[in-house]
Amino acid sequence: MTLPPDRRPASSEAYWRKNLQYLAILMAVWFGISYGAGILFVEPLNRFRIPGTGFPLGFWFAQQGAIYVFVALIFAYVYLMNRLDREFGVDEDAE
Amino acid sequence: MTVQAWTFTLVGLSFALYIGIAVWSRAHSTKEFYVAGAGVSPLANGMATAADWMSAASFISMAGIISFSGYDGSVYLMGWTGGYVLLALLLAPYLRKFGAYTVPDFVGDRYYSQTARIVAVVCAIFVSFTYVAGQMRGVGIVFSRFLEVPIELGVLIGMGIVFFYAVLGGMKGITYTQVAQYCVLIFAYLVPAIFLSLLITGNVIPQIGFGGMDQASGTFLLDRLNDLHRDLGFAAYTSGEKSTRDIFFITAALMAGTAGLPHVIIRFYTVPKVRDARLSVGYALVFIALLYTAAPAVAVFARTNLLNTVSEQPYSEMPEWFSTWEETGLISFDDLNGDGIIQYVGPRARDAAGAPIENELTIDRDIIVLANPEISGLPNWVIGLVAAGALAAALSTAAGLLLVVSSAVSHDLLKRSFKPDITERGELIAARVSAGLAVGVAGYLGINPPGFVAEVVAFAFGLAAASFFPAIIMGIFSKRMNREGAVLGMIAGITFTAAYIVYFKFINPSANTAEYWWFGISPEGIGTVGMMLNFAVALIVSRFTPPPPAHITDLVERIRVPRGSGEGHGISG
Repeated sequence: MTLPPDRRPASSEAYWRKNLQYLAILMAVWFGISYGAGILFVEPLNRFRIPGTGFPLGFWFAQQGAIYVFVALIFAYVYLMNRLDREFGVDEDAE
Repeated sequence: MTVQAWTFTLVGLSFALYIGIAVWSRAHSTKEFYVAGAGVSPLANGMATAADWMSAASFISMAGIISFSGYDGSVYLMGWTGGYVLLALLLAPYLRKFGAYTVPDFVGDRYYSQTARIVAVVCAIFVSFTYVAGQMRGVGIVFSRFLEVPIELGVLIGMGIVFFYAVLGGMKGITYTQVAQYCVLIFAYLVPAIFLSLLITGNVIPQIGFGGMDQASGTFLLDRLNDLHRDLGFAAYTSGEKSTRDIFFITAALMAGTAGLPHVIIRFYTVPKVRDARLSVGYALVFIALLYTAAPAVAVFARTNLLNTVSEQPYSEMPEWFSTWEETGLISFDDLNGDGIIQYVGPRARDAAGAPIENELTIDRDIIVLANPEISGLPNWVIGLVAAGALAAALSTAAGLLLVVSSAVSHDLLKRSFKPDITERGELIAARVSAGLAVGVAGYLGINPPGFVAEVVAFAFGLAAASFFPAIIMGIFSKRMNREGAVLGMIAGITFTAAYIVYFKFINPSANTAEYWWFGISPEGIGTVGMMLNFAVALIVSRFTPPPPAHITDLVERIRVPRGSGEGHGISG
C-alpha cells in the first residue's frame, strides 16, 4: 500500500488533533452521564424526580437516560467526523 | 390454537426463513466467508450486529436479573450499551480502515509478532467457546419447555440450523440470517412488553409506562414496587444493594469487554467504508437500545405481577404456569411453616412480633421473560412468539461466535501462521470444516454444559477487557507502542484477571464476598483492574524497548485517516 498522493503530513496531524479533541468532549459526556449521573451521583439525584413520572432521576439515568445519550453521542460523532473528513479532504467520496 | 401449536408454527416458520436465506446467500470466496465481501450496508450491518450481540442472556436473562436486583441490574444496561460508544469512537472506524479479516489479524500485524497473534487467537477461541456454550443451552431450554422435546434433541436441532447457514454461507449467510433474526427477536420482545405496559399502566410505550401510574393501586408503579419490597424485606427496588465502587468497576469491565469482544468487532469489517463503520455502530446501538430500554420496564412489570400473584397466596390456588415451571425445576416451593401459603420474602422480613420470616419460594430469574406472558395471561400466540424470539437471539449469537472460532483456525492459524502457501480454495474448505467442527463442540457443550457456565461469563468479559481492548486502543492511538509492550501488557492483564476470577470462583468460592475482595471489587468487575494493568505494563515496557519499525508507524498513520479504505483486505490477502 502507498500513501495517498494528496496526504500532506502537516494537515494529517491537524486532522488527528481535531479528532482527538472531538473524542475528549464526547467521552467526557459519556463518562459524566453513565458513571457520573448513573453511578457516582445516583443517590443525590434520586432525591429528584422527573416531573409527572415515578422515575427517581438517578435511577432513570442508569436504566434509560444513559442509553439514549449513548445513541446520541455516536450520531454526533458520525456527523462531526464526516464534516472533518471533508474539511481535510480525507473522505472516501473522491475515491 | 394451543400454546404448543402456536410455538411449533412460529418456530417452524422462522427456521424455514433462516434456511431460505442461507441457500440464497452462499459464500463463494474467503472474503465472502470471513467478511461478507465487505459489501454489507450500514443499516443491515447494524441489525446484524444487534442480533449478533443480543444473546440468550440479553433476551432471556437480562430482564430477569434486573427484576430481581432492581437498580443493581443497571450495570448490564449501561455496560452492554456504553461499550458501543467506545466501539464507535475508538475502534470500529480504524479497524475497518486497517481492513483485516479477524481480530488476531490486527494484533499480529500491528505488533509485527507471531506471539501476539497466537495470544490473540487463544483468547478469541476461549472467549467465543465460553459464550457459545450458554447459547446452545438456551436453545435447549426453550425447546424443552415450549415444545416438550428433550433438551438434547433441542440442542441438536439448533446445531443443525446453525451448521446449515454458518458452514454454507460463512459471514455472508450469517449476516443476512441475523438481519431476519433481529426482526423476529425484537418483535417477540416488544409485543409482550407493550401488552404488559397497557395492562398495568395503560401506557402503550413500556419505556414511559414503567414511570407511570399503577392502574390497580393509583400510585406510581415504582413507588408501589418499592413499598412492596419494603414490606417483604427486600432492598428498595430503585436503590439496590451493591457498593457504588463495585457497580463502577463492573460497568467499566462490561463496557470495555463489549468493545473488545471479537465477534462484535469483526462485524465492522463487513461494511464497504470507514464512514459506514461509524454509522453502522450507531444503527446497531439504536436497534440494541430498543430492547435494552424495554428490558427494565419488563423487569418492573414482571416483578410487580409476580409479587401480586404469589406473595401470601395459598399454594393450592396457584395458576397453571406455576406447576409447569415447577416441573422444570426453575420454581420450587418448600412450605417451611406448613401453613399452605407462599411466603416469598427478602432477608430483612420480620413478622408483627419482630421475628424473622423464612422465605419459602425459589424462582430462577431466567423464567421471568419466558413465563411473563403466561403470568400476565397474554394470548397463546404471544407465548409462542417469545419462544421463537429466544431461539433467534440464541442462534444468531451462536453463529457469530462460531465464525470467530472458524476464522481463527483457518485464517489466523493456517493461513497466517503455519501454512501460508494454502490456496484460496483450500482456505475456504478449511474455514468450512472448522466451522463445522466448532458447531459440533458447541453442541457438545450445550448438551453437557460444564457446571460453571454462568461463572465463566465473567471470564469472557474480563478477558476481553484485559486483553484485546487495551492492545487495540494502543495500537491505534500510540505510534510508540511496540511488540514488547503489547505482548507483556496482554499477558499481565490476562494472567491477573484470570487468577483473580479462578481464585474466587473455583479455588475458594466460600471467600467470594465483599470483605475478602481487593478494594471491594468483585470478580465480575476485576477486568477493569486487569485492563488498567495491561495499559500500565504496556506503556512502561514500551519506553524501555526499541520503538516499532518504520513500516508499522506508517501503518498507524494510514489507519488514522479514512481515505483509501477500499484498499483494505489486501494487507492480509
